[in-house]
Amino acid sequence: MATTATPGIWSRAQRASIDRLHIRLESFIVLLVLAAAMAVLSPFFLSVSNFLNILLATSTIGVLAIAATFVISSGGLDLSLGSVMGLSGVVGAYIAVNLGAPSPFGVGACILAGAIAGYINGQIVTRAFVPAFIVTLGMLGIARGLALVISGGRVIYGLPEYLLFLGQGRPFGIPVPVIIFVITALVAHFVLAYTRFGRHTLALGDSEGAARAAGIRVERQRRILYTISGGLAGLAGMIFMARINSGDPTAGLNYELTAITAAIIGGTNLFGGRGSILGTMIGALIMGVLQNGLNLLAVQSYYQQMAIGAVLILAVFIDQYQVRKETRA
Amino acid sequence: MTLLHLSGIRKSFGAVDVLHGVDLDVAAGEVIGLVGDNGAGKSTLMKTITGIYSADAGAIELDGRSILHLDPGERRRIGIEMIYQDLSLAKQQDVASNIFLGREPVKKMFGFIPGMVDKARMDREAAEMIERLGAHLPSINRPVSSFSGGQQQTVAIARALTFDPKLVIMDEPTAALAVREVQSVLDLIRRLKSEGIAVILISHRLNDVLAVTDRIVVLRHGRAEADLRTADTNMNEVVARIVGGGDTASAAAHELGGHR
Repeated sequence: MATTATPGIWSRAQRASIDRLHIRLESFIVLLVLAAAMAVLSPFFLSVSNFLNILLATSTIGVLAIAATFVISSGGLDLSLGSVMGLSGVVGAYIAVNLGAPSPFGVGACILAGAIAGYINGQIVTRAFVPAFIVTLGMLGIARGLALVISGGRVIYGLPEYLLFLGQGRPFGIPVPVIIFVITALVAHFVLAYTRFGRHTLALGDSEGAARAAGIRVERQRRILYTISGGLAGLAGMIFMARINSGDPTAGLNYELTAITAAIIGGTNLFGGRGSILGTMIGALIMGVLQNGLNLLAVQSYYQQMAIGAVLILAVFIDQYQVRKETRA
Repeated sequence: MTLLHLSGIRKSFGAVDVLHGVDLDVAAGEVIGLVGDNGAGKSTLMKTITGIYSADAGAIELDGRSILHLDPGERRRIGIEMIYQDLSLAKQQDVASNIFLGREPVKKMFGFIPGMVDKARMDREAAEMIERLGAHLPSINRPVSSFSGGQQQTVAIARALTFDPKLVIMDEPTAALAVREVQSVLDLIRRLKSEGIAVILISHRLNDVLAVTDRIVVLRHGRAEADLRTADTNMNEVVARIVGGGDTASAAAHELGGHR
């Protein structure tokens, strides 16, 4: 029986990179090549302000991609990310503007609204035995509809001062959303890579039977993961709402597509068992650079949607191709 | 002294009654062979001991205390381990992650952030455990999917033995192994016995069961059909009890012929 797997030119270096940094070498190279190509194609690409723009644009997608990484690496799926993000922004804006609630409540309401949606996802997945694909697809519709109901289908304007700071403040020249994004990523990386919760998440995605036999409370773990996913979607909704200075019921439309793509490019196994936040951050940056570059090159946003969809399929193909190559050797 | 005491265990799945009131006692350091035809309820019975299934009725005691209210993680903590036939490994994770799954040691990061898994300690202790089992793995930092079947089983065994178990349940541990590996599993069972650890061995390979056990319990149609002292029985009697009367001579001769 073959005991030496993972052949090919990457095997050694890749294993080392996974061990130490938990990122895939390929995705990092793709990011560099993509950035180099954009730098050649557009004279505006290489500048500090454009980099901050990329990071700013990546901050919402990045937070959603973190959520996607947790759920997918546990063997689940959350398709409701974009809609829950939109719902959270509307709830936060409604409470801050229409109800005039004091500052912490606006922020708290966004995250809480997302977490509740995620908690409901988790409850249904683990108690009603409806597949996560269907539950979160249903939530995608429910959350979007609820956002339209609450807002009456209109954008909610007139956010209070403190929310504007969260979206548009720039202490030391760094946009606040970028700061929130980076801190969230660091905490999430620590949790997934170094805590028992994170290890149990990966083991659960790897083999639910093994996790159960090891005494891990599988259903509880899943409920927590979906709740975290929803809460992070709420955080993304809060960031986006503050950035555009309004509660937009159509915010986050199709964002789950980009977020899941970022997670998969970053090395998250679509079927669970493998995933890292640092890898996902590379994936999110690839999506950010791609969108930014296409914007600079004045490519219509319709084409960008097509590009992202194609990248998702390509990323899963490459991942599956490698897995098949390894198991056949 | 009785380590594990089962009485009147019943379990059904929907309309299917699998266990109809099973009684079983296991003493410390005793090796029990659990045999029976497919569908006799062996695996179901074991999973009610480990807590994966909850019994519909009956009592389960370890050291005289009821463990019915404990979940699988808690039952592992008080010393009940099981090595599953499918090994139940998380195959994309490395050796140490599997051995310590659910019981990872933690430390403080930078001395103050709590809850960080102590990977260095896990790797060290995992390597020691593999060494103690006399096994050789190419590297303990590789996903276990890259190992051979025998090597993967070593990992599953190491996981069961790392936390000083009182009872180890083995579900068909020799079914998928080469001849030499079978011998090392049987040697391991004898070693566990000498250390005072009780073993329940589920196996279709009656030669193995007759070779290492103290008692053989035959499960048939969800009941403990027979409880035989290994020293006082033989292949014919065990086969007869498994099949349940009738002409068993040919079946026994078949087993004795060593054909597996």
